[in-house]
Amino acid sequence: MHGDNTTDYLLFLADSSLIMGQRLSEWTGHGPMLEQDIAITNISLDTIGQARYFYQLAAKRQNEKAGGSEVTEDTLAYLRDAHQYRNLLLTELPNGDWGQTILKIYFYANWQKLIYGKLIYTSDKDIAAIADKALKEVQYHVNWSSDWVKRLGDGTAESHERMERALEYLWPYTGEMFMETDYESPQFERDKDFSLDTIRKEWTEEVYHTLQEATLTLPQADTFMHKGGKKGVHTEYLGYILAEMQFLQRAYPGCEW
Amino acid sequence: MDTEALQQSFNEKIDKDIRIEPKDWMPADYRKTLIRQIGQHAHSEIVGMLPEANWITRAPTLRRKCILIAKVQDEAGHGLYLYCAAETLNITREEMTEQLLTGKAKYSSIFNYPTLSWADMGAIGWLVDGAAIINQIPLCRTSYGPYARGMVRICKEESFHQRQGFDILLSLCRGSEAQKAMAQDALNRWWWPSLMMFGPRDADSPHTIQSMKWKIKRFTNDELRQKFVDMCAQQVEVLGLQIPDPELKWNEARGHYDFGEIHWDEFWNVVKGNGPCNKERIAARTRAHEEGEWVRRAALAYAQKQKSGISESQTAKATIKE
Repeated sequence: MHGDNTTDYLLFLADSSLIMGQRLSEWTGHGPMLEQDIAITNISLDTIGQARYFYQLAAKRQNEKAGGSEVTEDTLAYLRDAHQYRNLLLTELPNGDWGQTILKIYFYANWQKLIYGKLIYTSDKDIAAIADKALKEVQYHVNWSSDWVKRLGDGTAESHERMERALEYLWPYTGEMFMETDYESPQFERDKDFSLDTIRKEWTEEVYHTLQEATLTLPQADTFMHKGGKKGVHTEYLGYILAEMQFLQRAYPGCEW
Repeated sequence: MDTEALQQSFNEKIDKDIRIEPKDWMPADYRKTLIRQIGQHAHSEIVGMLPEANWITRAPTLRRKCILIAKVQDEAGHGLYLYCAAETLNITREEMTEQLLTGKAKYSSIFNYPTLSWADMGAIGWLVDGAAIINQIPLCRTSYGPYARGMVRICKEESFHQRQGFDILLSLCRGSEAQKAMAQDALNRWWWPSLMMFGPRDADSPHTIQSMKWKIKRFTNDELRQKFVDMCAQQVEVLGLQIPDPELKWNEARGHYDFGEIHWDEFWNVVKGNGPCNKERIAARTRAHEEGEWVRRAALAYAQKQKSGISESQTAKATIKE
């Protein structure tokens, strides 16, 4: 593995999960029912937890390389600007209604499941260990969110309509998950069969199956796909997410909390 | 058994500290008092999520963020146990939610105060959860079984919440001048409202006497408030902050701290709906309820479809067998 690529890749995984969790935590206290408020908060905690493991590892590697100790999970999360963030655009989109959030979780968790499912075999033992722990969590996220996709898609006329709209809005942000970057593929060098295109096929097959059960319209294969997050070119939303999240660290620099 | 005999057996259980259980006979007023108190308690947990959730997205470190999220999630869990405990008294969660949103049921007034800085997360944990623990520990021995058992678990989690709040303040107090000022400002704003959490003075508390007789309450409002002041007056020294009460002083003869008079006007005003955030809190709960309506309806419709789907296929199988 190439050192720089690995750091970039760790940040890509960490940023995606952090921004996902940050968005989901906006639901805490505002869920449609108490049990589901608790469930979505759990997913938020899981994803932020995953981000922390990836950041901590990235920090450790950077410090080892520079022979210092300045980099921490918090400097990585709180002191980088939007163009340095590599999260998937999908994760920074607004929550919208419950249906849109559910679908966003479903798309992301399914992708995580496939990627982490490969990462557990990587020669980098630290990454493999994190992936192994996270895989158990995302499996639950997939189950929980796919149940909800079916429930809402095949619930009432209103919920069906809302899910159709959510699907239309989110689908063009799913393609980025499978677009190659220079730092991503090298992580899977050992795995001769690995390709993001294969991951895309597996992902699409599984997602189509769920959407079908949910009685939703299957998206066109040639839909235009947005990209940029993986390279630091984001939507307008990320700037606001960071302004809010990083406020205290920026207003009171260098403090312990 | 006639009512008199039932009443007598109820009284005997109370006297002997035997728990009253959902299927036991109980006086109508006992049931009513419990529904009011447990409902109020459950609503407080749910509304109480809002002021802290206000800082989740702005928590200063990832560790603090995770702790805060987990803490607010615990409050949701407490609300859930309590609604379930109240349901054993023959009221539904929907009815209780309705009472909250229409203002018929109350919740702790403390949550009508705003959270203006990160230090408020510390002050809420230390003072508000601290006061809640003092109120709630005696409830682990309250006479109604489901309430008492729910409280055992809640109290364990609350004591963790209080420690995390104190820990936030301690970090601030050991930090920069600006951080320490932030902590002092939070203490200034949360101290008096926390004392108000114990409710009106005993002389002005209409429900206390009967609740003590039924062993729903074990101590009076003033007794618990004194306990709280004594505890905080000592803990604040570790922080090196000042409690904003010039009359706070150790009284050797009483073996307690004396403290100044609470602004009861403010207390009653917030109870009556004129606190800084009364309208925002209810608006947030109403919005969550209304925006969740289509979700709950869809879940129900889907469950019914599944149920009838299963029964249809079962019918089909049965027909084939025949």
